[in-house]
Amino acid sequence: MGHTRSKDKESEVIDENLKRVYQDMLDEKVPDRFLDLIAQLKSQDETPTEGEPK
Amino acid sequence: MSADPRDEIVQHLPALRAFSLSLTRNGAVADDMVQDTLVKAWSKIASFEPGTNMRAWLFTILRNTYYSNRRKAGREVSDAEGVFTESLSEKPAHDGRLQLADFRRAFVKLTDEQREALILVGAQGFSYEDAAETCGVAVGTIKSRVNRARARLTELLHLDDDDNLEMTDQATMAVVTGTSPSAR
Repeated sequence: MGHTRSKDKESEVIDENLKRVYQDMLDEKVPDRFLDLIAQLKSQDETPTEGEPK
Repeated sequence: MSADPRDEIVQHLPALRAFSLSLTRNGAVADDMVQDTLVKAWSKIASFEPGTNMRAWLFTILRNTYYSNRRKAGREVSDAEGVFTESLSEKPAHDGRLQLADFRRAFVKLTDEQREALILVGAQGFSYEDAAETCGVAVGTIKSRVNRARARLTELLHLDDDDNLEMTDQATMAVVTGTSPSAR
């Protein structure tokens, strides 16, 4: 009823929406390009080359 | 014998992308930032202290890259009304529920620093201390950024209007408890 409570409630509503928006982003499938990049970085470590990468 | 800490990086990819998108508000820019971050993280792994928060470490690299680019550009790399609000699928809104699209539109109007602080603390669940370290500022600075971000959203979404809050609150409870006000 008081002002403090309504301020808490505002924060609650905001955080709730924030989490939903964030969760939507977390649920997105990670594009293959990043997994490929990691695999590439890894293989460069294993077989150091003199020449230019890729 | 010791595992390569870099093997852990892949687990943080979804969070890294989400954080990047929150900060840049632009899908293409966000993914470029993630790519830069991965390359940097790979070569700078020696600066990561095993046992500490790797997600925070990765976020730090990403945000430093972003702000350094922003400084070079001399302005916020903004796509305010664009991709961030459109790239994500819309959930059906129930009566009275604060619409996610409205929330996103308000969210992108915050400053970079406010969005960053609010995402880290409010969505990602970082402690104020971890968020402060990630952003390279004092704990008090993070707290005030979070407070200002919340105040601004409250204003933009008219949450200080009691009726609005009553309604959104019910809808929020419905989301939390998993019951739909329109079903059953």
